[in-house]
Order: sequence, then structure tokens, then C-alpha cells
Amino acid sequence: MITQPASIDLTGDPKRRSRERTIRSIFLVAGLMSVAISALIIVSLAGEAWRFVSQVDVGSLWTLGWFPRRGFYDIPTLLIATLVIAGTGMLVAVPLGLGAASYLSEYATPRNRRWMKPALEILAGIPSVVLGFWALTFISPQVVQRFFSSAKPFTMLAAGLGVGVLVTPLVATVSEDAMRAVPRSLREASYGLGANKASTVRTVVFPAAISGIAASLILAVSRAIGETMIVFMAAGAVGGALRTFNPLEPGQTMTAAIASLATGTDQVAGEGLAFQSLFFVGLLLFVLTLALNVLSNRIVRRFREKYE
Amino acid sequence: MADRIGTTVDSVDHTRPETLEDASPSLAATRSPRVTGGTPSDEHAVILELSDVNAYYGDFHAVDSVSLPIREKEVTAFIGPSGCGKSTVIRSINRMNDLIPTARIEGAITYHGVDLYAPGVDPVEVRRRIGMVFQKPNPFPKSIYDNVAFGPKISKYSGDMDELVERSLTRAALWDEVKDKLSDSAYALSGGQQQRLCIARAIATSPDVLLMDEPASALDPIATLRIEELMYELKQEYTIVIVTHNMQQAARVSDRTAFFSVDVKEGQRTGRLVEFADTATIFTNPQHDETEDYITGRFG
Ligand SMILES: Nc1ncnc2c1ncn2[C@@H]1O[C@H](COP(=O)(O)OP(=O)(O)OP(=O)(O)O)[C@@H](O)[C@H]1O
Ligand SMILES: [Mg+2]
Repeated sequence: MITQPASIDLTGDPKRRSRERTIRSIFLVAGLMSVAISALIIVSLAGEAWRFVSQVDVGSLWTLGWFPRRGFYDIPTLLIATLVIAGTGMLVAVPLGLGAASYLSEYATPRNRRWMKPALEILAGIPSVVLGFWALTFISPQVVQRFFSSAKPFTMLAAGLGVGVLVTPLVATVSEDAMRAVPRSLREASYGLGANKASTVRTVVFPAAISGIAASLILAVSRAIGETMIVFMAAGAVGGALRTFNPLEPGQTMTAAIASLATGTDQVAGEGLAFQSLFFVGLLLFVLTLALNVLSNRIVRRFREKYE
Repeated sequence: MADRIGTTVDSVDHTRPETLEDASPSLAATRSPRVTGGTPSDEHAVILELSDVNAYYGDFHAVDSVSLPIREKEVTAFIGPSGCGKSTVIRSINRMNDLIPTARIEGAITYHGVDLYAPGVDPVEVRRRIGMVFQKPNPFPKSIYDNVAFGPKISKYSGDMDELVERSLTRAALWDEVKDKLSDSAYALSGGQQQRLCIARAIATSPDVLLMDEPASALDPIATLRIEELMYELKQEYTIVIVTHNMQQAARVSDRTAFFSVDVKEGQRTGRLVEFADTATIFTNPQHDETEDYITGRFG
């Protein structure tokens, strides 16, 4: 077909090609950077954590409470407090968030949706310091102490409720996006079979959107476990904590423990082992969230109802 | 236009037929039986009656004043050019249009003499009796079994579910193809099988009326034929309303045919019912030139 092969030149502009190569390397560096930073964090955490573990009296990792200044590094204390606060937060965020998502995606009139969705997004943008302060000055006296008159001003419950408020918009917005992405034809199929709204949401929309909903819950749990400011401000126990499941007691999460150690609230800044325990707790937190992610990925893959 | 909407509502409320049999004098003359489509006869009672149905999407007047009776155990076909409101009308029969926020229906659709749009009528109840099969197969992303069992579960079916699933799939002429893989995803089926699954799913709830909006438009000729055979069988028990673009299909499967067309006025394309009669009449001796032009392919 080619009659005059010599008459056309397809080699292109060499300058353009070298320019594209440059751009490609810039993006490659940017991509590698995030990997490198993650690796760096893990390495520095692991190194210091190892130094801590190799020097500490191992028994002190699970006896008594968390009092690093006095050499008590009870890890269960931190884990339990983390669990209690994140758990309380999720108890608030799951029903509220999924409820809001269901309302917005299935029930709300377009008019209501138009202002409610942005309102939620604004709520999602409130800095956690503000929520921490609010937990301390409002949730604690007006909610916790109203229902439990014996409760102290600093409680894990107040912090947990604050964390719940923090992650509710996250659950709501991400879940709502997932639910709205479910094709209308599936809803019509369901309604056409005589399903009402509630069962359509429960048996058609939810299962079809499950991977997005699960993703929102995982994000929320990760966020709740990693949340520092609210816990630091509202859960008390910044100087150390006793091991307790009681949400009406003060408690110290892993994040709050790190914050205390790093900021010197514990009055140990830079001092020997106590400071190094920070790295150990940090590594633990990292492993915990990672495990959570892996686990949830499995669950999502198993229960996903894929639609095309 | 506002005035007209008002008067439409009023007049409709007072013109609801007392006895449904009286409501369709135009159908009195029954034509000679046709080869394929069955014999329409007036011994079948009117089960659904559309009187002066107007449909709107917001300000857009989509369908103008449609009145027609639908008789039980017959296949009634809606034909007409694209955009003339066939889907809008068929969807109004089981209140599917309620799901579209801007959609509004005026006029009356009575089912066994009850106005489906009267206050106090629950659309969920309506849809349990008047099922629907859609143009595009839309199985749930669940197993074949769960697709069929969906409706019965919703309505708390207390009988033997396995038996019901088998019976429904058999009636939809799908059982032999899927009996060994009931727990496989419905998405693993071909388009034609999916559509038959959707039909099985619809009849599993034992509706009274089955609405089918172009059920075969996405299918190849063989799958289409199977669905047509299926309709022929189903009408022994169910009342079927079908929208189709396929003239031959309408001629083959239906007992009565409604021909819709579009009028362009004031820049709006409003659909209306041109002619409704038994299928033989529509196809061999239509009363309107418009119908004849469309049937014979001279529509333009
Ligand atoms: N959800 C909607 N919102 C606004 N207008 C709509 C909507 N659905 C349909 N319409 C309009 O209503 C009119 C009738 O549409 P309908 O879908 O009932 O036509 P149809 O006869 O089924 O056409 P087709 O043969 O192409 O399926 C069209 O002009 C269409 O644009
Ligand atoms: Mg249509």
C-alpha cells in the first residue's frame, strides 16, 4: 500500500520525546517519594521500637497501668482505651452515618439533598481540635455527666462520642456515594417486585454497595483509632492511665500516649526508655491499622455483590 | 395549561365507570380470529381501565389523555414511535413513575374498579399485584435462586421456596438451562437467559398483571421467540401488557393493540393514543391513516 515510503518522516520531534522522558521521570520520583517516606517511617519506628523492647523489662509491658515515667508500660491499657474510645465512636458513627447515607441516597427529596450533603461535608471538615474542645466543654458536662452524674469531667465516653461525631460524616458521605452508584435499574427491579423502600435499601442497595460501605467503615475505624486531639483533650489521663474498660473513667489511647510523650506532658521528654516507648506504641498502631485494612479487604471481597 | 390540568382531574374523578364491562363500547365489535395471536373476545373482563390519563415530567406534558381498557388473560400491546410515551403509560400502571421525582400522573387508572392513584393506595401493594419486566434485563447481583426468591421473600411467602423457584423458572422456560447452577451469579447468564430470569422473578410473586416494557429488544431472534412463546403460555393465567417496537411481535403475540403517536405543539412533543382495537383490526383494517402509515412502515 505504501507507494512512496521515503516521502514521509515518522520519526517525530526528538525534543518532544526527551521532554516526555523528563516528565515521566518527574512523576516517577513523585511516586517513589511516597513509597520512600513510608519505608523511612517504618524503618525509624522499627529501629527505635526494637531498642525499646530489647532494653525494657518485658514484664512491665503487661502489668499495672501506663506510667512511662515510672517504668510501667502496660500495652493492654493503651489497647483497651483505644478499643473503648474507637468502639464508642463507631457505635455513634455506624448507625448515624449509615442512616444519613440511606436517607440522602434513597429517601431525601432532591431539594433536601441539595443542602444536606454540603452540610455534612462541612461537618467533615471541622478540625479535630475544635471537636476535642467541644467534647470537653459540651459533650462531657451536657451529655455524659447529665446521664451519669458520678462521671468525671474527663472520660473515655466523652472522647468516644466526640470521635463518633468526627467520623460520622466520613461514614455518611463515602457510603452515600457508594449507594448512589448502585444502578437505578436494580432499584426498579426491587420496587417492581413489590419491595418497599426499607427492604430495597437493605436487600438490594446495601449489598450492591457493600464494598463502598465497608470502605467507609474501615476508613472510619482507622480514623477513630488514629484520632489524637479529641482523645488528648477529652479523655484525660495524660500523665498515665490505669487499665480499665469502664468508659466513664479517664483513659489513654495509643495516640494520646504518643502525644503525651512527644509533647512532654508526661514530663519525660527525651528521657531514656520512656521516650523510646513512643516508637514502640507508634509501630503497634501502624501494625494495627494495617491488619485492619488487610482484614477488611478480605471481608469486602467475600461479600461483594458485583454489578455491571 | 393549568386550567386544563384542573379540569382533567375533576372530570376524571366523576367519570369513573361504575361497571367496568360498560367502559369499552368501542371494543364491542370483535374481529375474526387471527392465526397466531389468539382470539380476543369480550368474555374476558376488563381488569384495568385507563381513563383520561395524562402524564407530566415537571412542566413537560408527555402523554395526553389516554383512555383504554385492558382485559384479563389477554396480551395488550403498546406500539408507536419512540418518545410517544409508551413506557410512561405502562410504568404508570404499576406506579413505577412514583420513583421519578418530577413525574406526575393525572386521570384515573382503575384496577378491579379501584383507582390506583387514589389517596390511601399503597404503591407497594399495587406492584405486588402488577409486576414488571424491564427493557434491559436487570437481575440482582445475587445467585439465580436468590433472584427468583427475592419477591416471595419480600412478601413473606410461607410455602416451599425451592419448589416455587423451580416452578417459576420452569414457567419462564429457563429451568433446564440453570437447574445445575442455581447458586451461580445471575450475571453469568446470557442476555436472553437473564431476561427469562427476570420474567421468572416477576412471576414468582404470582402477580395478576405482568407489564413488559420491550422485554425482547436486547435479545437475538431465537431468545425473542422463546419469550414470545412464553407470553403465549403466560396469558393463560396472567394479564400481559407489552410495549414493543417490533410490529411483527405485536401482531404475533397480542390480542389487542394500542397505537400511540406524538404531536408536536408549542414545541412540546406530547404523546397520545391514536387507535386501540383488537390486533387484527389494527394490522389489517386500521381506522386512522396514521396507524396505517406506521404499520406499513411509511411513518416518517
Ligand atoms: N424521567 C424523565 N424525565 C423527563 N422526561 C422524560 C422522562 N422519561 C421520559 N421522558 C420523556 O417523556 C416522553 C415519553 O417517553 P417514554 O419513555 O414514555 O417514550 P417511549 O414511547 O417509551 O419511547 P421509546 O420507544 O424510545 O422507549 C419522551 O419525550 C421522553 O423524553
Ligand atoms: Mg420506552
